[in-house]
Amino acid sequence: MTQPRDLSRRRMLFGSAAVGAGVLLAGCTSNESTPTAAQTKAADNSGGGNAAPGKKVTVGFSAPAADHGWIAAITNNAKAQAGAYSDVDFKTVEAGADAAAQRAALSTLVAQKPDVIVVLPHDGKELNAFGLEAMKAGIPVVNLDRAFPDALAYRLQISGDNYGMGVAAANYIVAQLKAKGVSAPIIGEIPGIDSLELTQQRSKGFADTLAAAGFKVANRRPAEFTADSGQQAATGLFQALPKIDAVWNHDDDQGIGVLAAVNQANRKEFFMVGGAGSKKAMEDIQADNTVLKATVTYSPSMASSAISLARLIAQGKGMSDLVELQVPKVIVLASETITKENASSYLKLGF
Amino acid sequence: MSESTGTATPDRPADLPAQSPPVDPAVTASLKEKPRAGGLSFWQGDGGEGAKRNLGLIGVLVVLVVIGAATRWDLYSNPDWVWGNTLTILKLASVVGVVTVGMTFVIIGGGIDLSVGAIVALAGVWATTLATQSYGAGGMIFTAIVVGTAVGVVNGVLISYGRLVAFIATLAMMVAARGLAAQISGKQTQVSNNSFINGIASTDVLGIPLLVYILAAVVAAGWVLLNRTTFGRRTVAVGGNPEAARLAGINVRRHTLLLYALSGLCCGIAAIMLTAQANSAQAAMANLYELDAIAAAIIGGTLLSGGRGTIVGSLLGVLIFSTITNLFAINGLSTEAQNMVKGGIIVGAVLIQQVQFRSVTQFFGRQKATTSG
Repeated sequence: MTQPRDLSRRRMLFGSAAVGAGVLLAGCTSNESTPTAAQTKAADNSGGGNAAPGKKVTVGFSAPAADHGWIAAITNNAKAQAGAYSDVDFKTVEAGADAAAQRAALSTLVAQKPDVIVVLPHDGKELNAFGLEAMKAGIPVVNLDRAFPDALAYRLQISGDNYGMGVAAANYIVAQLKAKGVSAPIIGEIPGIDSLELTQQRSKGFADTLAAAGFKVANRRPAEFTADSGQQAATGLFQALPKIDAVWNHDDDQGIGVLAAVNQANRKEFFMVGGAGSKKAMEDIQADNTVLKATVTYSPSMASSAISLARLIAQGKGMSDLVELQVPKVIVLASETITKENASSYLKLGF
Repeated sequence: MSESTGTATPDRPADLPAQSPPVDPAVTASLKEKPRAGGLSFWQGDGGEGAKRNLGLIGVLVVLVVIGAATRWDLYSNPDWVWGNTLTILKLASVVGVVTVGMTFVIIGGGIDLSVGAIVALAGVWATTLATQSYGAGGMIFTAIVVGTAVGVVNGVLISYGRLVAFIATLAMMVAARGLAAQISGKQTQVSNNSFINGIASTDVLGIPLLVYILAAVVAAGWVLLNRTTFGRRTVAVGGNPEAARLAGINVRRHTLLLYALSGLCCGIAAIMLTAQANSAQAAMANLYELDAIAAAIIGGTLLSGGRGTIVGSLLGVLIFSTITNLFAINGLSTEAQNMVKGGIIVGAVLIQQVQFRSVTQFFGRQKATTSG
């Protein structure tokens, strides 16, 4: 064994090094940058009389605490939009880790008797029963994004269009390839978590639209919505396809890793379409110095809209531009295609 | 109190079996065995009977490459592509490979570390906060390594001095470290704007990627540490029979702590590599790396109960997994099928190990019987 004196000196050294490192590191957790500008509707409030303060209402909100930029943006947007109304009392509950935890959280929310509840469920099927229960108790439910299968379980359903995302991405790719005159293109696809229904819908929309143009996906390597998995999936794709014409990457967050892999493999012969519409992707498209030429939206701004509509429902108002006196029952957002030309106008919606 | 065992005389192991009957003779043998200066072949040094197993793993690798060549001859017929693909497989293996070296030490030492993926994520996130990035590449590397090692030390303290079961302590750390990473990052993907860090994944030195050199350096250091130092011998002893190791004068608690710190250090290094590869870090990254690392170590011949294992075997385990991933990618097959094959390979490898181990013990049993009879 080591001699005691030796040991104590070594301990001193290690000890002081550890303390020094601790002091240094403590300062390193700060992440202060430009605060993420939330996507609220404050700018175009002048559109109708609806923005004027009305009856005071309580809006309950619940979304999963998932580890992903998109979900984080959903919660931030909802909070920010609620804050923009002086007549909205916003009550949010942590949804926990799974459907069971969210159900428990929601029952505490119902006990507080809000005028309306906005819920992005962990899983639409699993929380369908909650929607039915709340509606029966007379609390209107705004079902955000992940759909309750039962029409009685919600007053309003507002969601993105996953199938439409695939369609939009394929339409852009087909148009570009046709313009270039490529007859038998090699198209790669990097979806997100493959077991999710939304991923399958996106891929189906993509494949269906490509098939209509006589094209098909040559290789499909799923990632996990994270940058490191995107990098690995893309690296695999590049090994499988020595020459590629176009790639659709479903998610801009994992796209950071995909673009890193593009640089590492030094591949420039193809163009890429992203998905979801992150701020960084929009900036890259605008700068036009990467293979990323377009992205198709699945915007978390839907959370802001959901809060606005929930407020209208609670106040018994309709959407001022429509003839109907009440808010419609289903709203599906169109997936928009962002390119270099229109990126500047979408930048404020990026997350 | 464990300090008192430090006073045990070195010749104590000789009368060990008399004191405590269940001592594994292999452990006392390995204790008496001085680290050898050299003269052993590469394979022999790395755990003796592991040689045959490692040859078997190389056989599996060859089979995988042959399948790849047979199914995609259009790609394999191009030597440039084959070379590039080999480097890609090595790059793919590099991050998990570094984590697996640390994991191999922990498992040989009789423990398990379920928190490695979470530590990689925490170290990566901590190193890519805007505050850390303002210190430049040096600050980022320092942060990742210190955070990784510090979390490893916390694991070690909980397990060796807090007497928590390793499975529970590191399971708790897995959840907690990801939570802290999510807290620090605000659940956002943190982009690394440091060109030096990002360059680690895109720089080649003499035609070979820097990531591969890092993997080679960590594997070489791990091999020397396990096979040529007292630290390595003690690791085997502690994992084989902690009680015997303690009686032999090894400070088992401190050694266990060091093993988890070592695993954390490897995670810190891996965090830098993964951040470089993805040009970013986020709390959800390195998802399920703990299972990849454990699986690689196990199919590489590391005994889950401790006391046996080789660094080269673990490296081959990692290479087999990344070659399978590559094989499925170039054939455009689904990841579902890939995961099923991976599961099958883990089960197959462990079954083969059991058969081998049984035949080895039977062999020794017979020898003893013949000598005594």
